[in-house]
This record gives sequence, C-alpha cells and structure tokens, in this order.
Amino acid sequence: MIEQSPALILIPPFLVAILVALVGFRYQKVCFPLTVLSLAGSVVACVVTLMRVIEGGTIRYFIAGWAPPFGIEFRIDGLNALVAVTVSSVGLLAAIYSKNRVPAENPDKVSQYYTLFLLLITGLLGMVITGDAFNLYVMLEVAALTSYALIAMGPKRATLAAYKYVIMGTIGASFYLLGVGYLYIKTGSLNMFDIHEVLKANDLFGSPAVLVAFIMITVGVWIKMAFFPLHAWLPNSYAYAPTTSSAILGPLVTKVMIYVMIRLTLTVFGVEYTFIQLEWSNIVVWMSVLAILAGSISALAQTDLRKMLAFLIIAEVGYMVGGVWLADETGMIGAIYHIIADAFMTLCVFLFAGILFAKTGKRDLSAMDGQFKKMPLTLVGFLVGAFSLIGIPPTAGFFSKWYLIQGGINSGHYEYVIALLISSLINAVLFFRMIEIAYFGVKPAEGHDHNHSSDHDSGRSEASASMLIPLLITAAILLLIGIFNKDLVAIITDFVSPFNIASGAR
Amino acid sequence: MELFEAISTKINYWVYIVIMMIGLFAMISKNNLIKKLIGMSIFQTAIILFYVSIGVKEGATIPILYHDQVHAAHGDHGEADTSHGEHGAVESHEADIHINPDDFTNPLVHVLMLTAIVVGVSTLGVGLAITQKLHREFGSIEEHEILEIIKSGK
Amino acid sequence: MSPTNITSIIPVLACLASLLAVLPIVLLRSKPNFREGATFVAGFLKFGLVLSMLPTILDGTTISYTLWEIVPNLTIGFRVDGLGMLFALVASSLWIVTSLYSIGYMRGLKEHSQTRFYSFFAVSLSATIGVAFAANLFTLYLFYEMLSLATYPLVTHHQDKEARTGGRTYLTHLLTTSIGFVLPALIFVFVKTGSSMEFAGSGFLKGYIGETEALILLLLFTFGFAKSGLMPFHSWLPGAMVAPTPVSALLHAVAVVKVGVFCILRVYSGVFGLEFLKELDLGTIITWIAAFTIIVSSLIALSQDNLKRRLAFSTIGQLSYIILGMALLTPMGATGSMMHIAMHAFGKITLFFCAGAIFEATGKKKISQMVGIGKRMPITMIAFFIGSLSIVGIPLAGGFWSKFYLLYGTVQEGQYAMLAVLLTSSLLNAAYFFPIVFKAFFCKPEESQFEAKVEEAHPAAVAALSLTALVTVVFFFYPEPFYSLAEAAASQFISF
Repeated sequence: MIEQSPALILIPPFLVAILVALVGFRYQKVCFPLTVLSLAGSVVACVVTLMRVIEGGTIRYFIAGWAPPFGIEFRIDGLNALVAVTVSSVGLLAAIYSKNRVPAENPDKVSQYYTLFLLLITGLLGMVITGDAFNLYVMLEVAALTSYALIAMGPKRATLAAYKYVIMGTIGASFYLLGVGYLYIKTGSLNMFDIHEVLKANDLFGSPAVLVAFIMITVGVWIKMAFFPLHAWLPNSYAYAPTTSSAILGPLVTKVMIYVMIRLTLTVFGVEYTFIQLEWSNIVVWMSVLAILAGSISALAQTDLRKMLAFLIIAEVGYMVGGVWLADETGMIGAIYHIIADAFMTLCVFLFAGILFAKTGKRDLSAMDGQFKKMPLTLVGFLVGAFSLIGIPPTAGFFSKWYLIQGGINSGHYEYVIALLISSLINAVLFFRMIEIAYFGVKPAEGHDHNHSSDHDSGRSEASASMLIPLLITAAILLLIGIFNKDLVAIITDFVSPFNIASGAR
Repeated sequence: MELFEAISTKINYWVYIVIMMIGLFAMISKNNLIKKLIGMSIFQTAIILFYVSIGVKEGATIPILYHDQVHAAHGDHGEADTSHGEHGAVESHEADIHINPDDFTNPLVHVLMLTAIVVGVSTLGVGLAITQKLHREFGSIEEHEILEIIKSGK
Repeated sequence: MSPTNITSIIPVLACLASLLAVLPIVLLRSKPNFREGATFVAGFLKFGLVLSMLPTILDGTTISYTLWEIVPNLTIGFRVDGLGMLFALVASSLWIVTSLYSIGYMRGLKEHSQTRFYSFFAVSLSATIGVAFAANLFTLYLFYEMLSLATYPLVTHHQDKEARTGGRTYLTHLLTTSIGFVLPALIFVFVKTGSSMEFAGSGFLKGYIGETEALILLLLFTFGFAKSGLMPFHSWLPGAMVAPTPVSALLHAVAVVKVGVFCILRVYSGVFGLEFLKELDLGTIITWIAAFTIIVSSLIALSQDNLKRRLAFSTIGQLSYIILGMALLTPMGATGSMMHIAMHAFGKITLFFCAGAIFEATGKKKISQMVGIGKRMPITMIAFFIGSLSIVGIPLAGGFWSKFYLLYGTVQEGQYAMLAVLLTSSLLNAAYFFPIVFKAFFCKPEESQFEAKVEEAHPAAVAALSLTALVTVVFFFYPEPFYSLAEAAASQFISF
C-alpha cells in the first residue's frame, strides 16, 4: 500500500469525480462528503509520500510498471512532494468551505460543480507529480478545462472572463506543447529526466532548436501563470468566478505553474543552460520587478475586493519568477518556500473575501464596515492572511520575503529587493485600508463618544462553521509554516543544493 | 537561394507556422466569438500537424509488422544497428530478429496527437458551451456588443 | 574584562509574563476589578522577575537564553546586559504605575472596550521587554514590529475620525520605515556577515563592510527605527496623541519612543561598535541630525497650545538627546545617553499623567485654558513642576544627572557646537514649560479660569502622578541603579 502512495494521490479525487458525476445529480447530498473524503485521502497520500521522500530520497513510480523513458513515470522528490501536499491541502480546505456556498451559488449544478472541482485537483496534482513532459501537458489541459468551466459557473461577467481565459489558456498550453515537440525532435524522449540526460550527453545545449523549445515552453508557462504582461486573463476570471472557484484557482493555478517553471529550469534544461549560457537572468528579473510593481499598483486602484486580490496574485507571481531567476540558491529556496506560503495566504484572503461576499452580498470594500464587531474570529483569520501578505513576522509571508530579499542581495539584484519592499508597503496600505473600515466603520463618528456600548458584544454573527473552520486552519498553517520555516527550508535546501546554483554575486 | 533552401527543406515547419499564424490572427482580431474559437481550433490543428510531420520519414511505412516481414527482416538486416536510437524500441519476439527502424515512421508522435486531438476537441467544446452561455446572458456573440452591455451597467 | 555569561530562562519569563496576562484579562472581562487585578499581578510579577536579575547584571554578568533557531543561522534569543536591564527596569516599573493611573482615567471617563485596552497594553509591554532583552538584531526586529502593531488599537482606541487619522499616520510612518529601511539593512547585514547577528559589546560589523556601506547602513538603521521620532519621521508622535492619556504616557513617553532610541543605541553599540564608528568618523553626522531635531522640535513645542502636543514635541527633542549622547562616542556621552532613557521616562510620564488628570477633571486640553489651575489642582501642578524641572535638567530632579553627563561628554570630546545645542535646548525647554506652571499658580484672580476650590482628579490618577514625581526627586539624590548600569554598559562599549 505504502509503495503505491504516489498513485494514491491521484486515484481518490479522480475516481470520486466520476462517482460524483454518476450519483450526484440523483443524491445531491452525497457530493460534499464524498469530495471532502476523497481529498482527505489525497492529503494523506501526499503526506505519506512526503515522509517517504524525506526518509528515503526520490521516489520513482512507474505507471502500470512501464519503465521510462517509454512509460510514464511519477518522480517525486522534495520539491514536488511539498507542492503536492500544499495543493491537496488547499483543495481540502476549499472543499470544506464550499459546503454552503456551492448550493447557494449554483443550486442546480452541485454535482457538476464537485465533479469539476475534483478533476481540477486531479489535474493540478498530476502536473505536480508527473515526470513526463507530455503527460504534464495533458494534466495541464485537464486542470485548464475544468477551471474554465468552474469560472464560467459564475454570474454574467464571469462567463466573458472565462471565455478570454479559454483563448489565452489555449495559447499558453499550445506553446508549451510546441516546445515539448522541439525537445522531442532533438532528444527523442519525453521523460523530463531523460531529456536532460540526452541533452547533456550529446551536448545539445547550443542547438537553436533547444533554444526555440526553451522560449516556447517559457512563454507558454508564463501565460498560464499570468506573468506580467501576459496576465490579462486573470483579474476578471478570479474576481467574478463563484467564490469557491476563486478560492481554489487563486491559490493553486498560478503556483502550480511556477512549480512547472522551476521543474523545467532545474530538471529539464538545467541550471547551467538556463542561468549561465542564456544570460537572461537580468532581463527576467527586471520583468519580474515590473510585474511586482504593476500588480501592486493596479491592486491599489481596485475597489472590488476580489479583483484587488487577483492583482496581488500577479504581483506575487513576480516575486516567484524573480526569485527563481535571481540565479541564486537562497533566491530559489525563497521562491519555492513562497509557492507554499503564498498558496496558503492567497487561500486565506480569498476565503475571507468569499465569507464577506456571502455575509453582505457586496463586492467592494464597504462590505468590511464594522465587521470587527460582527465577526471578530473571522477577522482574526483574515488578519493573519493580510499580515502574511504584507510580510509581518512571524507569519509565513515574512520569511518568504526574508529569503527572497536575501537572494536578491546575494546576487546583487537590488532593483528586485526594492520592488519587494515597495510591494510590501503597498500591501500594507491595501490591507490597513480594509482593517480601518472594519475597525472604524465607513464613516467614523466625528467626535468621540464616551458612552459607547461597553464590553459586551452587540450584533455578533460569525461566519458559519464550514466557512470559519477552513479560514482559521489556514491562518494557523500560515503561522506554523512561518514559525517552523526552518524545517521546511531544510527539505527545500536538500532538494536545491545538488543543482549547485551559484551563490553570491557574479 | 539560401532562403529558398531554408524553406524547401523544412517545408513542414513553414507550413505549420503559417497555419498557426492564421489561427492566432483569428483569435486576436476577430470580433465574433465563434470565429475566435475557429481560430483557436486552427491554431491547435497546426500544432498537431507539426507533431505528425516530425514522425514522418522518407520511404518509411506504418509501423505494423506482418509475420513474413519479421522473417524478411531477419534475412536482410542481420547487422542492423540495434542501439536504441531516437525512434523507439526494437520489437523482437525472438532473440535473433532485427528490424531496421528507418523503415517505419515514428508512431509515438501520432499516439501523442490522438491525445492532443481529444484535448483540442474538449477545449472547443468548452469554448462553445461558454459562448452559448454568453449568448444566453447577453444576447450576442459579438465581443464589442457584449463589452458595451457591460459598460452600460448590467 | 571578559563578561561572564549564565544561561537562565528568567528573561523569557519576564517577557512572557504580560503576554500570558492577556488570557485572564480577556476571561475576566465581565468583572473589571478582577481584570485589573490580573494586570497588577502580571505587572508585579514582571517587575519582580526583572528586578531579580538586577544583582547579577550589576556584577557584570550577562544572562542569556536561546529559544530556538527560526531561520538557518538565526535564533530567537534573549540576552540581558546593562543597557537592556536599565530599559527593562524603567518599562516594567512604569507599567505598574500606569496601570494604576489608567484605572483612574479609564473609569473616570467611562471609556468603552476597556478589556481590549488592557489586553493590548499587556501585549505591548511584552514586546517592549522583548526588545530590551533581545540577543540579536533579528529578535529585536521581531519585537519591534510586534510593538508597532500591538499599539495600533491603543492609539486608535476612540475609534472616531480623529483616531483614524492619527492611527493612519502612526502606522504608515512606523511600517514604512521598518519595512522600507530596517528590514533591507537587517538582511544586508545578515548576508554580508553570515553570522547570527548577536549583539556584541564592541560590535560585529567591523571588517565586513566598507565605509560607504557603513554610512548607508547607519542611516538606514537610524531613520528606520522611526519610533525614536527623529526628524523627518517624527510626525506620527503628535498624531498619536489622540490616544487616551495613559497610552500616550506609557507608550509615547516611555515604551514606544524609548524602544526606538533603544534600538538605535543597540545598533550603534552592539552592531557597529562605537570604536568602529569612531574609526570611520560617522558619529558627527548623527550628532548633527540629532541636533537639528532637538532645536527644531523645541521651537515647534513653543508654539503648541494643546498641552499633549507640546509634550509630544518636547519628547521628540529629548529623544534626540539620547541619540546625540551615544553618537558623541565618548564614555560620558554614552553614560548620559543611557541614563537619560530612565530620567526622561520618569519625568515625562509625570507630565503626561498631569495632562491626563487635568483633562479628566476639567475637560481642558489647551494651555491657554489652564490659567489659574494651580489653585484647583495643586498636587497635580506641583508634580507637573517637578516633571518639567527634570526635563529641563535643573537640580532637585533626576534629569539633572543625565544632562550633566551629556554635557560632560561634549566637553570631553571638545564638541562645543553640541554643547551649545544642548544648552540652547535647555533654555527652550524652560521657556515652554515654566510659563504653564507660573500661570497656573501666580495669576491675577480675575484672570483665573477656575474657582479656588480644590478638586483633584480620580484618586488613583493622583496617586500615580505623585508617585512618579516623587521618584523623579529621589533620583536626584540617589540615581541608582541606573547610574551603575549605564556606566557598566558604557565601559563595555568604549574604553575610558
């Protein structure tokens, strides 16, 4: 059983997705428990796999026993084990949150919704654990097709956003597919590790075809991760989708694509080629600086809460792309750590946005009016997420910034450091604006009134348990992975250090 | 002359790029949502064409072995190169049978494209479904009309 | 001399005492008397814990405790030395007095959300002690940030429009500078030295960075710890005066602002090392920045009619004394600078208590409305007089000693320009404090705005302000243990 753990990551959500599709529309009530159960199973399998990786190193799992490079291989090391745990647990938390929201927002499509939801998680997990470049494309499309549909289940504007996403997403995935094609021409292999071996053995790095492949794949992945200026599809999609959809897509889709980028640069093309031979580092870091600033500043201009968060995602993508391309070991560690941290903090704020929308029906910031009095516990959960996005210790966001800035200074990219700091400050403005509204109300009293209602709580109404619990768990996770970041970083370092990414200024 | 050579020897790549660009053009410049989807489909088909074309070899045939072919191969190509090249494994039922991979087109890319076609069809399906939903909600499938409706508020 | 070191968990407990008090405070929210009881128990416990370490520290021993390694190579660690002890003593003793005062003030005015108030007060104190006992730059930063956030609800306690504006200024200033300046400087130091950034008596930066880098880092740290109120990042302080007076008193005369200057002193002495600064001749630039703040803020204080705002600007000037003293890079200057942390704290808290007592009893905030108030509230105004004596630096109040050493420091180094600055500022201090006292007592009967009937504020408030005034006088005659602590610390920073 334990040996099969990599396959068991995918099997529960996949099979249950089919089951939900078959049974769900007759017995709508079973959809939610089945979804949660299957995702819990997936989380367990991920954690078991992670434990095995920590103990015994990389796990290679051949699907149906076909040996690579012909068969499809799941190859799980420290990096994707961690990301898989993140993906499955974010999925589980979002699923718990969805309990009341899905029937409320899509009353006649509950079973369809959960089917897509599970397939999305399957696709994302598949992307994370597969070791095969073409298999990755298939999983990418599974995740993409389901997310188009999940977004389109929203109100009017979501449909248009989903349409744009279909177009952009297809272009991105097609570019990726083309790149893989060129790699296949040169190497005759689709297994990522095998491709790297062949490239190295035959010294194919100088080949223009490999360069074309690299450009195609990188651009494709950038489109899918909404790297500025290829981000146009993202804000409206996430802002208008059903709240559960944005709670699952926001944290995961971009982060998994960053994982794919790291996997391709480190494993397929190799550090030597990507960072030294190509000499792209400087340009890409500058692009990420632009992405960070553009994302943050656009977020500042938004009045719609979820749209603001969507722009923050674009800024965060800049953090991670920059962190990877600093070509510095600490920067890479920071970027990988940020994948995990950012998944949870984005989940945290999107869950909160969902709760707020559920409670007030308003999309803009005025929904925060006086919420400190009405739902203090919910606000505490939100505060942790907001502090993490700002980067206040001891939340996870502080430590990811710590490593990223350290990487920036190490490699001498001060522009990146400054961009990170500016973005932190803008985040501070954004979130304290919300906190102020929640604390003071939209229009605070002119003078101060001594006869305020004293300590007893008036009109308190927390979010329902199914929404509150995942929010608080996420907040707790943010604090935990912040305080115990050293253990997490130890795993990441074990993964990154064999690649010998240069440390220090060049 | 060089240019001509560059085009003629790699005609398949040029063709796929031209088709792809036609698709991309449609996706970007057309106002009608269905036309955009058609462009998308062309775009994806171009890639499929590219993949299929890279599996082709001159004078090669489909990779299916008949019983007598196996024996013929045994006679003709006794010393054929058996190193695992880039064109897949050498099928052998008996230890001393060798088959020249150059005689067969590469089947793997075609198999891959079966998957890609399925993906393409599903994408098109989802795209059409979304267009239908748009039509139901906005009463139009022209992008600028929809944008106007949104701008005018509800 | 090689200071010995012992490992003990007491510093951690001293830090946690008030943090853990939050639980009983919240649980006892419906019983105000028990709730305040919990505050007092925690206060005395904390003070006791700090005090219990005093003899060891006076012996020249340091106490340290490492909690755990949070980032590879970086620990959350506590270490108590002379400077930290001095500051912790001031903060923990004044917490008790302030709690006493806030009971009088908050109940007298029937403020809302008192539980929240006391809870965040306790958290702030934990952060303050955490800063005092931080063993390395990283721990220091963590507690510094914690303090910024924990005091926000206190500053904006009234939750009205004015509070929102004040709170906004407060947070923007503090967060911009700490995230924008201190954090990159911190990481830069970490990257360059690769060390755990433990504070050392003589600094640890020497040999790792060049002159230009040192200057940039120094400025980043100096302006980054904006809690010190150094111009031009001072305007949060007057803004934060919207807070209830106990908050202004403890946090803005004692804890928050002192944390700012404390951090700067720590960085100068523990990170750069005074000898290293002297080598690079970086002290001068800091003294001039501080001198500018001293003079300008004193002049602004003169023009303020709102008593609390005048006190706030006075604080800004006094804080720069401390920075200036350390930047003189002489033993006497350093001693005076550290003593001023304590002396100014007791003097200024008395003044704030008085301002609050006046407001609570009469509702007056403006100085122009306080003519003749000495007849109505004699105890308060006498305490106010003692407090201002201490700030100006006139004998019979503890402030005399710190000013004395500061002046001694300037003479020792031959920095007559700074001597002139300090003396001018003292004159200005006198000019903005004494007229208040004078008008309060000696005005013509027709000018007086109060009836000659004695009517003081809530007894708890009066007790608190009398106590601090008394202590201020006591320090003139017996400036221990602060003098010993400051001198011991100074001798470790720089050779006599």
